[in-house]
Amino acid sequence: MSLQTNYLGMTLRTPLVVSASPLSQNLDNIKRMAEAGASAVVLYSLFEEQLMLERYELHHHLTHGADSFAEALSFFPEPEFLHFGLDAYLEHIRRAKQAVDIPIIASLNGTHVGRWTESAKRIAEAGADALELNIYSIPTDAELTGAEVEQNYLDIVAAVKEAVEIPVAVKLGPFFSSFANMAKRLDDAGADALVLFNRFYQPDFDLEALEVRTNVLFSRSSSIRLPLRWIAILYGKIRAQLAATSGVHSAIDALKLLMAGANVTMLCSVLYERGLPQIGLIERAMVEWMDKHEYVSVAQMRGSLSQLHCPDPTAYERALYVQAVHTFKPQTL
Amino acid sequence: MKEFVTLDGNEAVASVAYRLSEVIAIYPITPASPMGEWADAWASQGKLNLWNTVPAVIEMQSEGGAAGVVHGALQTGALATTFTASQGLLLMIPNMYKIAGELTPTVFHIAARSLAAQGLSIFGDHSDVMATRATGWAMLCSNSVQEAQDFALIAHAASLQSRLPFLHFFDGFRTSHEIAKIEPLGDQVLRAFVDETRIAELRARALSPDHPTLRGTAQNPDVYFQGRETVNPFYVECASTVERTMNLFAELTGRQYKLYEYHGAPDAERIIVLMGSGAETVHETVNALNAQGQKVGVVKIRLYRPFDAARFVAALPVTTKAIAVLDRTKEPGSAGEPLYQDCVTALHEASLAALPRVVGGRYGLASKEFTPAMVKAVFDNLSQPQPKNHFTIGIRDDVGHTSLDFAVAFSIEPHNVTRAVFYGLGSDGTVGANKNSIKIIGEQTDHYAQGYFVYDSKKSGSETVSHLRFGPEPIRSTYLIQQAHLVACHQPVLLERHDVLELIEPGGVFLLNTPYAAEEVWSHLPRRTQQQILDKRLKFYVINADRVARESGMGKQNNTVLQVCFFAIADVLPRDEAIAAIKESIKKTYGKKGEEIVQMNLRAVEETLAHLYEVTPPAKLNGHLELPPSAFLDAPPFACNVFGEIFAGRGDALPVSAMPADGVFPTNTARWEKRNIAAEIPVWDTQVCIQCGKCAMVCPHSVIRIKVYDEQHLAAAPATFKSCDAKDREWAGQKYTIQVAPEDCTGCGICVDVCPAKNKSQARLKAINMVPQPPLRDAERDNWDYFLTIPETDRRLIKISNIRQQQLQQPLFEFSGACSGCGETPYLKLLSQLFGDRALIANATGCSSIYGANLPTTPWAQNAEGRGPAWANSLFEDNAEFGLGFRVSLDKQREFAEELLKRQASQLGDELASAILSASQTDEADIHEQRQRVTALKEKLLGLKSDEAKLLLPLADLLVKKSVWIVGGDGWAYDIGFGGLDHVLASGRNVNILVLDTEVYSNTGGQMSKATPRAAVAKFAAGGKHARKKDLGLIAMSYGNVYVASVAMGARDEHTLKAFLEAEAYDGVSLIIAYSHCIAHGINMTTGMQNQKAAVNAGHWLLYRYHPEHEHSLSLDSPAMKVPIENYLLMENRFKMLTKSHPDEAARLFEQAQQDATLRRRLYESLVSHQSGSAESKPDAEDKE
Repeated sequence: MSLQTNYLGMTLRTPLVVSASPLSQNLDNIKRMAEAGASAVVLYSLFEEQLMLERYELHHHLTHGADSFAEALSFFPEPEFLHFGLDAYLEHIRRAKQAVDIPIIASLNGTHVGRWTESAKRIAEAGADALELNIYSIPTDAELTGAEVEQNYLDIVAAVKEAVEIPVAVKLGPFFSSFANMAKRLDDAGADALVLFNRFYQPDFDLEALEVRTNVLFSRSSSIRLPLRWIAILYGKIRAQLAATSGVHSAIDALKLLMAGANVTMLCSVLYERGLPQIGLIERAMVEWMDKHEYVSVAQMRGSLSQLHCPDPTAYERALYVQAVHTFKPQTL
Repeated sequence: MKEFVTLDGNEAVASVAYRLSEVIAIYPITPASPMGEWADAWASQGKLNLWNTVPAVIEMQSEGGAAGVVHGALQTGALATTFTASQGLLLMIPNMYKIAGELTPTVFHIAARSLAAQGLSIFGDHSDVMATRATGWAMLCSNSVQEAQDFALIAHAASLQSRLPFLHFFDGFRTSHEIAKIEPLGDQVLRAFVDETRIAELRARALSPDHPTLRGTAQNPDVYFQGRETVNPFYVECASTVERTMNLFAELTGRQYKLYEYHGAPDAERIIVLMGSGAETVHETVNALNAQGQKVGVVKIRLYRPFDAARFVAALPVTTKAIAVLDRTKEPGSAGEPLYQDCVTALHEASLAALPRVVGGRYGLASKEFTPAMVKAVFDNLSQPQPKNHFTIGIRDDVGHTSLDFAVAFSIEPHNVTRAVFYGLGSDGTVGANKNSIKIIGEQTDHYAQGYFVYDSKKSGSETVSHLRFGPEPIRSTYLIQQAHLVACHQPVLLERHDVLELIEPGGVFLLNTPYAAEEVWSHLPRRTQQQILDKRLKFYVINADRVARESGMGKQNNTVLQVCFFAIADVLPRDEAIAAIKESIKKTYGKKGEEIVQMNLRAVEETLAHLYEVTPPAKLNGHLELPPSAFLDAPPFACNVFGEIFAGRGDALPVSAMPADGVFPTNTARWEKRNIAAEIPVWDTQVCIQCGKCAMVCPHSVIRIKVYDEQHLAAAPATFKSCDAKDREWAGQKYTIQVAPEDCTGCGICVDVCPAKNKSQARLKAINMVPQPPLRDAERDNWDYFLTIPETDRRLIKISNIRQQQLQQPLFEFSGACSGCGETPYLKLLSQLFGDRALIANATGCSSIYGANLPTTPWAQNAEGRGPAWANSLFEDNAEFGLGFRVSLDKQREFAEELLKRQASQLGDELASAILSASQTDEADIHEQRQRVTALKEKLLGLKSDEAKLLLPLADLLVKKSVWIVGGDGWAYDIGFGGLDHVLASGRNVNILVLDTEVYSNTGGQMSKATPRAAVAKFAAGGKHARKKDLGLIAMSYGNVYVASVAMGARDEHTLKAFLEAEAYDGVSLIIAYSHCIAHGINMTTGMQNQKAAVNAGHWLLYRYHPEHEHSLSLDSPAMKVPIENYLLMENRFKMLTKSHPDEAARLFEQAQQDATLRRRLYESLVSHQSGSAESKPDAEDKE
């Protein structure tokens, strides 16, 4: 039986890839991911805007209060060198590459073209096998049109693609007026894969403190429904490969997404909640299920339930929603 | 082609000392700290010395410790050095005798500074070095930045040759901090002075078990004397050695120095003899006076010890008739100051045919200006038939009548020197920009450059004045600019505070940063400024630098903008060339900090020129703005006439009689300053407020006050005065007001940050909110004045264990000049509220002594009865002992008073005597009653004629309980003062020790102490501190009878309050270690209390109380560790910057810091468990969050 899959020009042993998260900040974790059977690791995201703010912040603290009082003309030793986030990130890529044999995919997170191209080049030079662009944007400006937002995404992808040779995946959220169209345009802009979907941190309220809090909310298996639908719809219709992320907690989740058309399925919340060995357990469960159901390879099942190949293509369309509502019988009201 | 560098004296000296040393022992002290900082920084960067190895740099616990390490290093054969000043040098004296007595070559580099006598001063004079002249060290004095560098080398070389240790000194601040363009000394020059044979001899003399020797013997009357005389030949030879070294130096560099260097007319009749930076001003003045036909000269003393009398006398022109020897020190009670006496002796012993008349004078103490006018006055004195001897110059002495008059207006500022003066605030980066400009001009032109910077003594809202000179020849003017070609005022508010245009020459250029456009700015100028612009026919330029800076992303740092303006209008460089140089400098300076920072500054450069306008003044005045009257006019006479003058910048004009002879000053004076430095002040919302008192408690500047009062007091209240019903049940029917002192607030915003109440309609608003100050100033000033008229609540009625009520207590520490948002001052204010009316405070030198007592004012205040904290600072190192002295003294005097009272009980009334003697005085009511009794006692004593009654009367007040507080920072408690502190901890006496623990030497600019936690970046720990923080509380607890509390107000304010109450109530030694956030942590000071809370939640800081009298002595009051320590560490730049400067080390040290916190927590839990049988430690119920 072969779990082998192809993603971003790489042949991966299984479709189980660790998605970008702070877990990969620790090199030991990356080694343990590989040991547990991850076929690739997407490193934690490098937040461009955050890096910029960090530089402003450090500059502020190194100069704040300086040359004000005769006895204390400064408060910190002047550092000879400064390794800002990008330097540390590049070093992390190099070390990760040395530490494990599986592909290492870097992740860049931001909202504007900015200095992404420069960062992307240096990431490629550092040895990353591929790059995932995590375009994280909450357009709150009422003057900003949807078209402008979409164009910004496309500009980023085009600029980065032009800058680097390594494959580029684009991770994005589902909130576009016409997601299929957006996916096609990203495909046209050169994206080698689409990673569906980014889970934005949603704000919450602390009513006691009267404060807005953004807590990390782990996904559940039910979260796969959204990527499942769009991967199934896009499968076979665009050139770019498809990666499923959000809600993959079990072998069943992974299998469903593969059948929808995903090249890889990405794990995150389940690893936080149940530990890195889950990668191996999910793999074994996948094998067991495939064995039991007499599948011989992942390639065999990929896209088998996509809109292109499923028995009822309309199942992915709005009618299903109407039907679902009409047939929903709540236990209690 | 000559190479030049632009740097200050400290860096120039450190550069040489570093390259010539193997062991460098350091300890921070102003103004020498930067030398140690450079050495530490270079070592951490792996910079090599002359032998291609990195010197071992070690920070010690005190200067005494540094001298000890150097002594040990020398005895074991290393080339060792150290840097210090002032009291630090005094602490080295015992070792200096040893080092000289053992004929050990070394150099101590001294940024010479005043000694603490009637008061402390950080500024420059020779009091410290003169105190060491009997140690047997050679003493070499340099007069300028160039000389400081050159003499550093000459001293090291001559010391090796002569085997005598050398003290190389130069004037603190004037030379140590002056930035000048000098010719650097390359390694090849240094190498020429290193005699490897001498070094081999040093190694051969080293202590070694391979060829063992014995040193430091005890010698008896039979031989000690002879042994002491053995060294004479070395001293006889020393002058020749230094002279040879200077001659070799001249061969290699072209700069010829002489031991006693004469400059002036060959046939001069009047000579001034002096050493240090003042000699350069005399040199310059001599040139000017001789050009006018006078015959004067100056002898610059380079080698002060060993004093070579013959060479000194030979340096004088044979025509010399009168000599004035100037000493930059004072030796009260002597026959004359030291240099004067040496010169007199030398001349007397020279057997001259005709002795010139010699007089001595003092000048320049604590960096007092020494100007050409003063030099001229000294020469004029020598022209008198009977010149005044033992005179002073630079002050008006109307007490001892020692001073010479001088014509202030006399000026010799050269025509070929461009002079510019800049007025700015510390926060705007003016000084930094000027340092940068000097570098640009120094490096891009043939001009020599000089920069000297004057700072005020406040840590918040501080003002700076920069003095920049540029000219074709080396600049010898070691005094502030007296006539400026250009004056720039970087903050419009300074026009109201200072006579900014006083120094500008007619026809000069005036640059003003103003929010007003060129066409409207005129009417917004004070009339005085308008008058000066018209009278002096100034060219007047304006720019809205704040807006350009803001729009360029620079925030409040308008420095780059104004630097560009300077170059655009100063005409020291072609404009395009200057702009290109600024841009290049920006890239060089900020490159490593990131492209954004570079671009931000480059944007500012581009934007500036488009917004710089020349203003054509109207022909007449049309301003209506008059300067605001000084608030000191309402102060008591002394405060008005002395402090008011100092505050107004006229302190130099105060005569000797204005100053107290013994350094004793009144308290209660900060209230007159009204600095108006806050852009925004807090405004109270009565509807939202829950009256918790937290805003007042945390206010670092005591500007938020609370009163509860009867409604009748509102009768005459101003219209905008706010009031509401008091919420506390015990205050039912009364009114409640929170009032802000609008002109004293620094605008830190900590009060808003801690306010727990939120507006139910707009959650961003709280019960107290920051609002721009200017529109509120007048109304709130009236409200504040009115608020002060409302009576304070009777202290006996206040439940002091409850913050809401306790905060009604009047702070007797107010309006300090501490950093805006200071983390230390809320503790001091709390102390003053709780115990201030009966407290004596011994305050270690450091931040708290500077914001506590830097003239002109003090935040220590008095209540309506005239009671308040009595405060004194002795030294840095002895504060615990000093405070213990208070206690021993008070106890003895009280005991004696009680004995006298008992003996006179029958005359005074047995009942009264018994009541006084048995009073418990454990609460405010008891103390109040005791005061009543003592008042009655004193009245009775006045009626008695007996000797014992006269003895008792002055002691009677001692019968009322006094609270002794020993206050200082962690540098004192953990390092320099620890030995004494430890002894006091063991004393069992009733003293309260408050350690304001900022985990770093804050006052001197953030050097590592033993309180610095692992992983923190600090000066002397550029690569992050490797060792864990000392557990001072645990050490104190080990005595078993010391009350110990570790508190963090921002984490749990009730806990802090409880600890203060318990500590004071405990009849024994109490130690409170108070976590104090600090500007040196690299944090947002507005949210400093959040940092405190985070430190506690992460286990970085433990809250606990150890009460020796409780069954379960130790109470661990911290919550369980809630978050990884990294979460907290990354909140503060002191830790976070390590992740940028040394990422691997940061990862390792952060992990160790987590282990430290975890292990320490477990240790304390086990201590709790051991005493109670339970591992659980629970915060007190009432303290629970």
